[in-house]
Amino acid sequence: MKFVTAIIKPFKLDEVREALSAIGVTGLTVTEVKGFGRQKGHTELYRGAEYVVDFLPKVKIEVAIKAELLERVIEAIEKSANTGKIGDGKIFVTSLEQVVRIRTGESGPDAL
Amino acid sequence: MKKLFASLGLMFALLSPNLVLAEDAAPAPEAAAVESAAPAMAAPAEAAAPAAEAPAPAPAAEVPKLDSGATAWMLTSTALVLLMTIPGLALFYGGMVRKKNVLGTMMQSFAITAMITVLWMVAGYSIAFDTTGMAKGVTNFYSFFGSLSKAFLAGMGKDSLTGVIPESVFMTFQMTFAIITPALITGAFADRMKFSAMMWFTGLWSLLVYAPIAHMVWSGDGGFMWDMGVLDFAGGTVVHINAGVAGLVAALVLGPRLGYGKEPMAPHNLTLTVIGAAMLWVGWFGFNAGSAVAADGRAGMAMAVTQIATGAAALGWMFAEWMSKGKPSVLGIASGAVAGLVAITPASGFVGPTGGLVIGLVAGAVCFWSATSLKRMLKYDDSLDAFGVHGIGGIVGAILTGYFAVESIGGTAGSMAQVVTQIEGVLITIAYTAIGTYIILKVLDLVMGLRVTEEQEREGLDIALHGERVE
Repeated sequence: MKFVTAIIKPFKLDEVREALSAIGVTGLTVTEVKGFGRQKGHTELYRGAEYVVDFLPKVKIEVAIKAELLERVIEAIEKSANTGKIGDGKIFVTSLEQVVRIRTGESGPDAL
Repeated sequence: MKKLFASLGLMFALLSPNLVLAEDAAPAPEAAAVESAAPAMAAPAEAAAPAAEAPAPAPAAEVPKLDSGATAWMLTSTALVLLMTIPGLALFYGGMVRKKNVLGTMMQSFAITAMITVLWMVAGYSIAFDTTGMAKGVTNFYSFFGSLSKAFLAGMGKDSLTGVIPESVFMTFQMTFAIITPALITGAFADRMKFSAMMWFTGLWSLLVYAPIAHMVWSGDGGFMWDMGVLDFAGGTVVHINAGVAGLVAALVLGPRLGYGKEPMAPHNLTLTVIGAAMLWVGWFGFNAGSAVAADGRAGMAMAVTQIATGAAALGWMFAEWMSKGKPSVLGIASGAVAGLVAITPASGFVGPTGGLVIGLVAGAVCFWSATSLKRMLKYDDSLDAFGVHGIGGIVGAILTGYFAVESIGGTAGSMAQVVTQIEGVLITIAYTAIGTYIILKVLDLVMGLRVTEEQEREGLDIALHGERVE
């Protein structure tokens, strides 16, 4: 099992969700986050007071999947979240040791 | 203008025996008619002039009658001016502070509205508009401070008139001015003043600074600045310079917010600010056109120049910012509109459309400079630019009024001599306000302290002072 974490541009969320549904991903978790990478921040100006905003709003998606689905999941996110401009985000993949469905007590790949 | 003063004076002289009667014997409606002079009671004064010049008889026929058109407009104006403070100013300021202080900031405007209402009824109105002991050209105690003979609105009955409107309407209309002026000051000390100290300060300030200045400028013959010939149609000196300078003094006495210049203090919700600015704009028609205390051509002209100056100032600020900082900001255009409204306040009712246009453009650009550059140069923390917009905008407007005044509109023609008179009026107001504000603040600081604790300031006024917060 694999755990995929992707940081994407907020307005790309719907497209990514649709792309993942299309390849059979049945659930994901979304969090609104802030951060910076190569895109850096921007400046805001209020009546002459200038603020440098270092952390830009992004969306973090977390998906737990069977290992064999990994390549397709990465491809789906990569395609749907891509704008070609700086700040499109990143995909992190980690191994997943255990999954338990709380309601039934199922565990392992059956719980995904 | 001199003729106007003379006729007003004669009118008061004629009526004064009746005045005494009115206070002694109860129902004498026509006697209670004319007591205090509105900012611009030109029409009734002129109407009364022939009678005043004629020999003794035929007094009853010339007593001003209630004008239902004027009364309807003044009832409307009163509601419009109240709308400027709550919700207008509360939203305008509330959106500009950090989220942890939004309720505390809106609470200040709301609580001031409630408190000044009561204080104005108790004594403020009397100090500002009672004319006992006043006469044209005579400078005495009553030139600065009205007597307390109208305390608790004594003598104000259903049939009392001020000019051609009921005194109850005039009193309430002026009450809304007395409310917004201290509420404007709160922008200068936002985020850091104790609520209790804020209440004491604005209450005392209203009685000891606002009411006397209003008296000097608006109470009629014998009023110190009225006799000097200072033109202030709707409150450039009384409201805006007064509040702006008090704000500057308060910002200096309290000191800057914790972390000022180091931590981000960006406005938390500019949509509130834009809505508030828009309400101020709409409400200002009551403020300026209502200050005619009539529904006539002068009120119409005041409305027209108010709109023109505001549009010009909004553009003035927007373009100044666009050219110097690269982007036309929403906060900028809203601030520019308010600057224009402030600057046209003393001038409306005296200037024509061209004067309004120039005053607006100048105010927009100058206030942009004062709120962005002057503040940083001098390093004071006037949090929401009460001085930068109201103080500076008021000064610009008051002085330019002297230059752009048109005789056919307000009875006074613009001239360099009038500009000098205006500058004198501005300086007197600044001096009186600065000293009065400083003394009140210093006394309160000794007695109860002005600022919240460092911990409370970090936590935010909403939780620390009011036990509530906005998610």
